[in-house]
Amino acid sequence: MTTTPTPPVPTGDTRLATKPRKLTKAERRAVEAKSKLSSPWASGVAIILAILWTIPTFGLLISSFRPERQIKTTGWWTFFRDPQVTLENYEEVLFGSGTSFSTFFVNSIVITLPAVIIPVSIALLAAYAFAWIEFRGRGLLFVAVFALQIVPLQVTLIPLLQQYVRWDLNNSFWTVWISHSIFALPLAIFLLHNFMKEVPSSLVEAARVDGAGHVKIFFRVLMPLLVPAIAAFSIFQFLWVWNDLLVALTFAGGSPNVVPITVRLAELSGTRGTDWQLLSAGAFIAMIVPLIVFLSLQRYFVRGLLAGSVKG
Amino acid sequence: MSDHNSNDDVQPDGGRHVMTASPPGSSRSAVAQTGGSGRWTLVLIVLGAVAAAGGVVFLLSAFGVAPFSTFEVPWPDWFKASSSTIGKFGLMAFAVAIFVAVMALILLSVDRASKVPNWALVLGFLGPAGLMLAFGLLYPMLRTIRESFFDRNGANFIGWDNYVTIFTQSEFQIVLRNTMIWVIVVPIVSTFIGLLYAVLVDRTRFEALAKGLIFLPMAISLVGASIIWKFVYEFRPDQQGVEQIGLANQLLVWAGLDPNQFLISNPWNTFWLLIVMIWIQTGFAMTILSAAIKAIPDDIVEAARLDGLTGPRMFRYITVPSIRPALVVVLVTVTMTTLKVFDIVRTMTGGQFETSVVANEFYTQSFRQFNFGLGASLAVILFVLVIPVVVYQVRQLRLAEDIR
Repeated sequence: MTTTPTPPVPTGDTRLATKPRKLTKAERRAVEAKSKLSSPWASGVAIILAILWTIPTFGLLISSFRPERQIKTTGWWTFFRDPQVTLENYEEVLFGSGTSFSTFFVNSIVITLPAVIIPVSIALLAAYAFAWIEFRGRGLLFVAVFALQIVPLQVTLIPLLQQYVRWDLNNSFWTVWISHSIFALPLAIFLLHNFMKEVPSSLVEAARVDGAGHVKIFFRVLMPLLVPAIAAFSIFQFLWVWNDLLVALTFAGGSPNVVPITVRLAELSGTRGTDWQLLSAGAFIAMIVPLIVFLSLQRYFVRGLLAGSVKG
Repeated sequence: MSDHNSNDDVQPDGGRHVMTASPPGSSRSAVAQTGGSGRWTLVLIVLGAVAAAGGVVFLLSAFGVAPFSTFEVPWPDWFKASSSTIGKFGLMAFAVAIFVAVMALILLSVDRASKVPNWALVLGFLGPAGLMLAFGLLYPMLRTIRESFFDRNGANFIGWDNYVTIFTQSEFQIVLRNTMIWVIVVPIVSTFIGLLYAVLVDRTRFEALAKGLIFLPMAISLVGASIIWKFVYEFRPDQQGVEQIGLANQLLVWAGLDPNQFLISNPWNTFWLLIVMIWIQTGFAMTILSAAIKAIPDDIVEAARLDGLTGPRMFRYITVPSIRPALVVVLVTVTMTTLKVFDIVRTMTGGQFETSVVANEFYTQSFRQFNFGLGASLAVILFVLVIPVVVYQVRQLRLAEDIR
């Protein structure tokens, strides 16, 4: 263990531990051997926690594949005694006239993509200005943007909705896109700025000496280096927008042509709260996309989390 | 030299630094930028003028100066929404295309214009974000603060009445009490379990899988999580031949107890609701704390071990003090998230049965009761509650900058 370079001791910095240390294979084996000593009691507690955390989701997942009558009369744990599987619930919730989740699924996609692309691009520009263009009041402006991160969305909703109504834009995709983009900016600017600052200034200086302007430096020098950071924030924003209820409900709640799947699901839970065949299947349809994104890109997501994240 | 926009950042007075000797490698970029610079300057001026005009129109309309406040834009139907899938995707493509075009125009004009002073450059990069933040966060914030002192339609000034109502009427006192319970219990419990779990699975064989299981709820929407837990709490009347379908009540039955209306019987229903939030936030706490634990230098741990520290004492004297900053970050972040949580209460009980919290009550008052004044003051209360955290965060940022 003596050859291991010691990582910096965490400071008061909120961005602490951005780079978890990579162990070599030999080290990892040594550490594993050591951990064999940990008590079975400890592993027992860990296993119990893991089960407690998984079982609620597991129960609903099983239920979503059981026939309606069975869901409503017996517990999902009886499934193992009497397994009956059907896809009818999914069919009904996706295409049934009362639910038609397929429409809302499309709405979710249409809402989410621009609501990720727009704020990320705009934040990249702003982050570049904060990181690499010198101007008066830069520090103060950056602190202001940073502080805006924590402002509760609720504070903005009434005036924004009034404004949208005045422009006759409420219940359209535009208000949802614009609002999500605005709300994402403070965190996006802060995170991307931090990543941009980590690019060695010698690289930027060298490009500048070569006669590259800011636009060129931005695209040719910084963008390629920032791909992981952009991925991290994009996943963050994707999950946030896809899973959002408040913004969509406020700005598009009245229009079935616009509302995303979360809004419809929450509505269903209120109006048909005992129709578990619909609720269970509907919940998993709403979850499948974020779960796929999350599982396949978890590495980036964790990096984004560790880079310091507080979102209103 | 045509490359006029290479401002020298070392000179903050905005003076442009014109390259006198071009290194060989830059010839391509120099060629690419010759010609058309005059036209791009014009584009830049037009863009600036359009943005300025938009700002003026917005300000006039926002402060109710006629005729803009009643000005209605005749949007074509396809522009607002479409009922067909193809139409929706078409609209999406249209929006993205417009956005890309505007951004390209801004960047090109900043890049190519013949004389770009520093401030125009900064405006080009910061302008879009600045406009959006001013329109979507700053202005509405001030407006909401103002509105909280007006009655339900925003017509008459009523001073502190809305706040008096919130703090004195019993139904709102319950809302405040519930919010306090959430904000105290959720951060502490989820941080504790997250820390415990991070320590337990640290450097074990199944660490990745074990962490994944706890972390997964982070990916699920709060609405989805609420439905998962609503199913756990589902209640069936305690009669002959009726089986429980919710796991929680079945456990009670197996233990020989009577099933319980978890979501209806107060005051405990608030606790059953906040378990959902704990379920979600523990994964977040665990991830951050686990990274912090891994960052503890091995020689410190080694030295402590040689001194005979093991198990709980190692945890108490080495682990916890070493990760204190991370603990603070987690506690603060979870507190903020919990304060603003709306989806869980909305989906599971709709705020009935005395489970409402400030964020949910804000929605109900503003967009169900259309009492804008009261809604605004609830939002302001949320805002005031986070101000200490904002101040703390800014101070942390300043410290971090100093270290850097």
